[in-house]
Amino acid sequence: MNGAQILIELLKKEGVTTVFGYPGGSVIDIYDALYEFSDIKHILVRHEQGAVHAADGYARTTGKVGVCMATSGPGATNLVTGLANAYMDSIPIVAITGQVPTRLIGKDAFQEADTTGITMPITKHNFLIKRIHELPLIIREAFLIAATGRPGPVLVDIPKDIQIAEMEFSYPEKLDIPGYKPTYRGHINQINMAAQAIKESKKPLLYVGGGVIASGASEILLELAEKNDIPVTYTLMAKGAIPEDHRLSLGWLGMHGSYHANKAIMNCDLLIAVGARFDDRVTGNTATFAKQAKIVHIDIDPAEIGKNVKIHIPIVGDARNILNELNKRTETKKHDNWLKTIEIWKKEYIPKPPANNELIAQTIIESVYQATHGDAILVTDVGQHQMWAAKYFLCHRPRRWASSGGLGTMGFGLPAAIGAQIGNPDQTVVLFSGDGSIMMKIQELVTAVNNCLPLKIFVLNNNYLGMVRQWQECFFNCRYSSTHIINPDLANLAQAFGAEGIPVQNKEELDRAIHKALEVKDRPVLVDCHISKETNVYPFVPPGKSLDEMILE
Amino acid sequence: MQHIISVLVENKPRVLARVASLFARRGYNIESLAVGHTQDPDVSRITLVVRGDEDILEQITKQLYKLIEVIKVGDFTETSYVDRELSLIKVNAPSNLRGEIVQTAEIFRARIIDVSEKSLLIEVTGTSDKIDALEQLMKKYGIIEMTRTGKIALARGSQSL
Repeated sequence: MNGAQILIELLKKEGVTTVFGYPGGSVIDIYDALYEFSDIKHILVRHEQGAVHAADGYARTTGKVGVCMATSGPGATNLVTGLANAYMDSIPIVAITGQVPTRLIGKDAFQEADTTGITMPITKHNFLIKRIHELPLIIREAFLIAATGRPGPVLVDIPKDIQIAEMEFSYPEKLDIPGYKPTYRGHINQINMAAQAIKESKKPLLYVGGGVIASGASEILLELAEKNDIPVTYTLMAKGAIPEDHRLSLGWLGMHGSYHANKAIMNCDLLIAVGARFDDRVTGNTATFAKQAKIVHIDIDPAEIGKNVKIHIPIVGDARNILNELNKRTETKKHDNWLKTIEIWKKEYIPKPPANNELIAQTIIESVYQATHGDAILVTDVGQHQMWAAKYFLCHRPRRWASSGGLGTMGFGLPAAIGAQIGNPDQTVVLFSGDGSIMMKIQELVTAVNNCLPLKIFVLNNNYLGMVRQWQECFFNCRYSSTHIINPDLANLAQAFGAEGIPVQNKEELDRAIHKALEVKDRPVLVDCHISKETNVYPFVPPGKSLDEMILE
Repeated sequence: MQHIISVLVENKPRVLARVASLFARRGYNIESLAVGHTQDPDVSRITLVVRGDEDILEQITKQLYKLIEVIKVGDFTETSYVDRELSLIKVNAPSNLRGEIVQTAEIFRARIIDVSEKSLLIEVTGTSDKIDALEQLMKKYGIIEMTRTGKIALARGSQSL
């Protein structure tokens, strides 16, 4: 077998059924090996960034490792944004890139780029294969590293001559990476200390992040929260970690988080952070963040502990294991007073409905939520629509939500929705995007059309790069520098791609469009919703301010 | 505070680049760096001198451990250890001053390793302070060129990292 054939066989052994990619000179041998191989489905995107975001959306919504492929040079550099995105959000991806033949590496050959050098700081690890016999072990290690510990993207760069070199197929059963030993079990003394703190606390609060989703800790989290009567707030990454309509759910926190969640952070006496990393969009000013609280931090990555905020009880390990241990060590408890206080905060802030009849994002998102009974995988792009979708479209289970958290990558939505739909063919996939974001990766609409994916795409179109406009309104005296955008007719554009395109100006048209969108099963539907132009996302904690310094309207 | 950190790494291509890139990306400053083989051909040792408070040092250590090819990280600061640097100093040495220079070098247990009509090449090993002191003394004769290695260090006693 040659290297390319061995690679495909190894991918199959890793359980890979789908690869998102784009061919080119340096991966042509791998594509040749794929040609007659029916066990792995190749999804041809229209730009390599689409491939890595699709693999990302696939991984987020299935829990499996997403795989993408690109050729050397520009193919590989086009993966960069998507790798950085996956790295920030700890999403397991294996990216396979072609490289020029080993004898040409370093000679500035055609389509040569230092792919491993470029991607070093934005991957969990990367490999450049120099000899054919390294191939099986490296592919095995790549999947292991991507999926275990704190997950993340791993890139494997394979020169063309390795792909055509011949070797007997081999499969290393045992793996031993001397420097890679993630800690799964928490230190028992630390767990006891945390359990004691829970027992003593009168105003406890759980603050959970993507690590809860990654470790599959949702059920045990809910059990612990219910048993101890602890309210739960979460980061955008952990939307769906507990049912969002649960009595203990406070919604997500941070810059645009819910008013009462932010209030709870500032007033709790015990903060139990689980698989979260105290990002600046979550904490606001760290000097005042949860100042009254003893902080427990549970995370599989020791480097996250104490990175941004001082921690009183650190516990390194897998969230599910540790929550399970904590659960065993705590008794049933009630926090009626604390929950009552939070309930009062909740009633303090109820966003005002708009004065006129203009179509607003909230109406659209809530209508889609009702029409789907919330039974959909929700994908978003980045910006105002993302915040609104996260607020008004509730998720009740993990892995039903894909959104670019840490990197804030506009253009993520459409390819991620493609990945989500490929990974979950029987589910309804809803994408909320903005008129700015959708245009960044609109070419992938044809990928969705080619694969008959019935995506429900709602573009919240306000002719603005809305989030930047909001900042310009608040901090730059309404000087809308380069944020007013003139779009093509998006509904017509969708039609030209072979998708269904429906323009919407008012509530009646919206209801018809939603009905139609849910009816269509063989192609994407893009609903171009013309919404009020200058609506802001509230509450809004200005960057660097404390969580209790929210702008409310 | 200055810390000497010893990092055992897998002897693989780019591992030094990974460590250097990590320091650059996270904004940690490297004061000196030395890399070499160990008794195990698969393992290299990187010795770093860095400056920072406790929090920064903790982050540096943890971030280093996150690199897949890093096997072990040790901070010598609070332990008993020995450290050494090596320097080569080429100094102007007209015949009338040569004796004086050689005498000074001897005080430092430095060795003369090359002699020409107008210059001497001095090899000196020791702690940073010692090398600084010799360099200072040689300045008055005119240093033609010099080079210094990064610091290397090992723990005292029979313990190892």
